[in-house]
Amino acid sequence: MNCRVGIDPLHLPDAIVGLATRIIPCLDVTAGRVVKGVNFVGLRDAGDPIEIAKRYDAQGADELTFLDITASSDGRDTMVHVVEQVAAQVFIPLTVGGGVRTIADVRRLLNAGADKVSINTAAVENPAFVAEASARFGSQCIVVAVDARRVAAEGGSGWEVYTHGGRRATGIDALAWGRRMEAAGAGEILLTSMDRDGTRQGFDLDLTRVFSDALDIPIIASGGVGGLEHLADGVQFGRADAVLAASIFHYGEHTVGEAKRHMASRGIEVRL
Amino acid sequence: MGSTGMRIAVVDYGMGNLRSVAKALEHVAPAARVVVTDDPKELASAERVVFPGQGAMPDCIRELESRGLRGAVLEAAAQKPFLGICIGLQMLFEHSEEGDVAGLAVFAGNVVRFPHEQMVGADGHKLKVPHMGWNKVHQTRPHPLWRGIEQDSRFYFVHSYFVAPVDIGLVAGTTDYPAPFTSAVSAANIFAVQFHPEKSHSAGLRLLANFVAWDGLSEVGVVPLDGAVPLEAAADRSRS
Repeated sequence: MNCRVGIDPLHLPDAIVGLATRIIPCLDVTAGRVVKGVNFVGLRDAGDPIEIAKRYDAQGADELTFLDITASSDGRDTMVHVVEQVAAQVFIPLTVGGGVRTIADVRRLLNAGADKVSINTAAVENPAFVAEASARFGSQCIVVAVDARRVAAEGGSGWEVYTHGGRRATGIDALAWGRRMEAAGAGEILLTSMDRDGTRQGFDLDLTRVFSDALDIPIIASGGVGGLEHLADGVQFGRADAVLAASIFHYGEHTVGEAKRHMASRGIEVRL
Repeated sequence: MGSTGMRIAVVDYGMGNLRSVAKALEHVAPAARVVVTDDPKELASAERVVFPGQGAMPDCIRELESRGLRGAVLEAAAQKPFLGICIGLQMLFEHSEEGDVAGLAVFAGNVVRFPHEQMVGADGHKLKVPHMGWNKVHQTRPHPLWRGIEQDSRFYFVHSYFVAPVDIGLVAGTTDYPAPFTSAVSAANIFAVQFHPEKSHSAGLRLLANFVAWDGLSEVGVVPLDGAVPLEAAADRSRS
């Protein structure tokens, strides 16, 4: 092809792919405050979302994800306001999820400055919504969040989709669901292990790898990070394209920069 | 001189999120007037035009046509400092594999998809499409818009198609995924990039500041940066 300036793609030297693995701090927001709990229980206040977003940006975060864990419409208005303020000051990609149910919700968040929206329960209740949203706004801004829990395999992948913050089983096989969402136009999958979320035992690496090997779109690993080694494990053993974590960053245990240096020390390409 | 009162038009044809682009321009050029517009007259009167794009190119072309913006965009591309971003770069070419659609044909060449069979990394694992995240941009020649940006800096990408110019003299930057593809082109008053400078942190903001300061004439050489606020100063302002 004309654009392949001077290099035959079939005779490339090894290892020149420079795409960095993304580290994505996640901010669970309710009533305008960042909180963190175990499996959405026992929430602790972790601070002001705008200040925290700016801190992570300064530390070199590759993206930020905000999850609105408030169910009320008042909460969602607050979230839009938070997104507006962050987007005016932080120039990295912003993903916003939680309660995104209609095309109007997607438009409102994108207009507020979100680059992507994350759709979870609404996708399960109405899969056509993902196709409609991606057709309308482009798949680059549609993230489908899959909350998965291990179940007895019996013909399925071994994981089942849960909704409502991991409380409600759907009976849907998680991997089959991921494939269906890819076909519907999801631009990437935010894959959370509900078995690991909040446990600090590390990602469910089997889950992450099964998804990453089966799908062509990027997989963001989520749920269970308790240390820097877990982030690197998610990439090296789970083959995640991006890793998401919350509590290890919120309470100052580690900076995003430390996480990147650790990953680099294990041979993972990062943006330093 | 400087950006005081400068009108920068961001072409709005109803596709995707233009707010990020406008916000980033306001950040680097607070004295300028940034308008997100679908009015051909605004494009004609602006001193700078930014042509963004998200989603699928067939939809972008259709919306551009239905809003009667094709002529105004072509006119701007022929005359004034013009920055294409993502699909705004792709639409400048003749044809896209995406939906088998014709582009604006400012430049000869096609828009092609990452070839599935070649998407394998050095470790033997597959590479995902869309190409999403921070990748290095190799500046293949000097340009005022690269000023102050380190060679091989990372920018944020999200795309499944890329441009293949017939004239490799257009190429201003390349990126590897895994083979090199054209990630920036320039010719006369046009500079266009596959990545998103508005989402690329300090390197991206610097590129936008360089665009605001660029006269659109000098392809090479030193352009005074008096039009743009230094990033440090802009950051200070945002904190206050």
